Amino acid sequence: MDLYQELILEHSKRPQHAGLREPFEAEVHHVNPTCGDEVTLRVHIEDSAEGPVVRDVSYDALGCSISMASVSILAEETIGHPLAEALRTHEAMRAMLTSKGEDPGDEEVIGDGVALSGVAKYPARVKCALLGWMAFTDALHQSGRETTTQQTQQDLPEEGTS
Amino acid sequence: MTAQPFTTEEVARIRADFPILARTVRDGAPLVYLDSGATSHKPVQVLDAERDFYERLNSAPHRGAHALSEEATAAYEGARERIAAFIGAQAQDVVFTKNATEGLNLAAYAFSNSPHPGIPGSERFALGEGDEVLVTEMEHHANLVPWQELCRRTGATLRWIPVTEEGRLDLSGLDELLTERTKVVAFVHASNVLGTVNPVQPIVARAREVGAIVVLDACQSVPHLGVDVTELGVDLLAFSGHKMFGPSGIGVLWGRREVLEAMPPFLTGGSMIETVRMEGSTYAAPPQRFEAGVPMTAQAIGLAAAVDHITELGIERIHAHELALTERLLAGLAARSWVTVVGPTGLDERGGTVAFVVDGVHAHDVGQVLDNAGVAVRVGHHCAWPLHRRFKVAATTRASFAAYNTVDEVDALLEALDRVPAIFGMAS
Repeated sequence: MDLYQELILEHSKRPQHAGLREPFEAEVHHVNPTCGDEVTLRVHIEDSAEGPVVRDVSYDALGCSISMASVSILAEETIGHPLAEALRTHEAMRAMLTSKGEDPGDEEVIGDGVALSGVAKYPARVKCALLGWMAFTDALHQSGRETTTQQTQQDLPEEGTS
Repeated sequence: MTAQPFTTEEVARIRADFPILARTVRDGAPLVYLDSGATSHKPVQVLDAERDFYERLNSAPHRGAHALSEEATAAYEGARERIAAFIGAQAQDVVFTKNATEGLNLAAYAFSNSPHPGIPGSERFALGEGDEVLVTEMEHHANLVPWQELCRRTGATLRWIPVTEEGRLDLSGLDELLTERTKVVAFVHASNVLGTVNPVQPIVARAREVGAIVVLDACQSVPHLGVDVTELGVDLLAFSGHKMFGPSGIGVLWGRREVLEAMPPFLTGGSMIETVRMEGSTYAAPPQRFEAGVPMTAQAIGLAAAVDHITELGIERIHAHELALTERLLAGLAARSWVTVVGPTGLDERGGTVAFVVDGVHAHDVGQVLDNAGVAVRVGHHCAWPLHRRFKVAATTRASFAAYNTVDEVDALLEALDRVPAIFGMAS
């Protein structure tokens, strides 16, 4: 089945950066009420001269292979990266997953996330793949960070800055 | 003579009445529909009955004196009589609701923190601190959350009957759980997850001793087992039309007459009143008291056609057929060491619903592999989250049968299931 690419199975069996760690600024708990999948997720963001950086994303998740792989990829693709870049990765993941299969995903932006491109053809599974990412943006929001890419991207339109 | 499962030829004829069963899914795979516990398909007889109503009779029943309205009223009330007869009831004790969920909410909202001043006998429906509501650990959320909310509103305490490892109600502590403090006991007749058919008689007998009202969720029993309300001895019983070949948007709450008569209304508005003045209103007798607004006329007529269809097939044969399929599936699952059935593994006191887990693979993933082969099952907690917690599983895969399912479809499920270990790299 094209849905279950090897990368997904690897991530779901050996989730990267799993476990809850300190320090963190916010912890959230998200569930998928239709299937009972759950994730508890913490974020640790540090300000640097170049802007905020994602220092850690730690999590405890219970769910299907798609949701487990997605949160593992999230941690892998965001830890150590500037927050603005992490948010762009989120945007690109969301765009791919909600494209109904039109958007194959850009490996340059979302890395192993491209392995989840097949999910877009199964609307019932899209929310499995988005569960961790929803938790991530919620945790950022709760830690007082902006979560819209418009406000963190360098190429803001003129009217957006005034 | 005990009822026999349908023969291959008979099932083929049954299937011919359900057009959707001929379609394919996911790149041409024939549909193998094993999710009738969620909703059943509809035979052409039901679709025709609904269409016929709209084409010939469409109008609002119980309103106006024109010819169409009179004919629609006769068709609507005729449907009520046929549906009542199907469960051994009188027509005036059958209340039409949107579905079983609404029927159970109607029952729960009859209770309040004080009697209704205009409804004699409604003292039975007044709850407060010290009173108790008893449910079970295997309830569908529809027969749990309304009672939780009732307790929150009134200060009453919710208690529950636990479930054994085998997936049966543990009635060993019944006398301590169902006491003089218990005002209402609500439980499921046939579990929508485990397939367990619960013993109604001992719970009703104990409830009678202490004067508690008994509410039965009969969603999974009325379509499959044959239910006679006078034999069961409960006070209120709810089921949905869409799980028994009927349309969506129609369900039934049956009530013992003296209980319905003492029940305050739930939804209020048109057609449920006796008199209305600006200062206040009085209410119609049941069942009209509980049917506010222009009713689901076409759906009631469709459900009556569904009941006729079931009667024609024979409810005993439907049950025998579904049990034969259940036996084959249980045997197939038992032969696979990497599968665990959640619920009774034998056929005693059981319906055609089988839930299982594949070791180390989430039910969503199992369901996806089955779906890819055209096999439609339900995955998740099936609106029975506490029950899944009881068995320490996040989700199960559930197959549920109807009269139109075949032995070949059971085998198709098992064959598709055998792809799971390879895809998820399990050592099988």
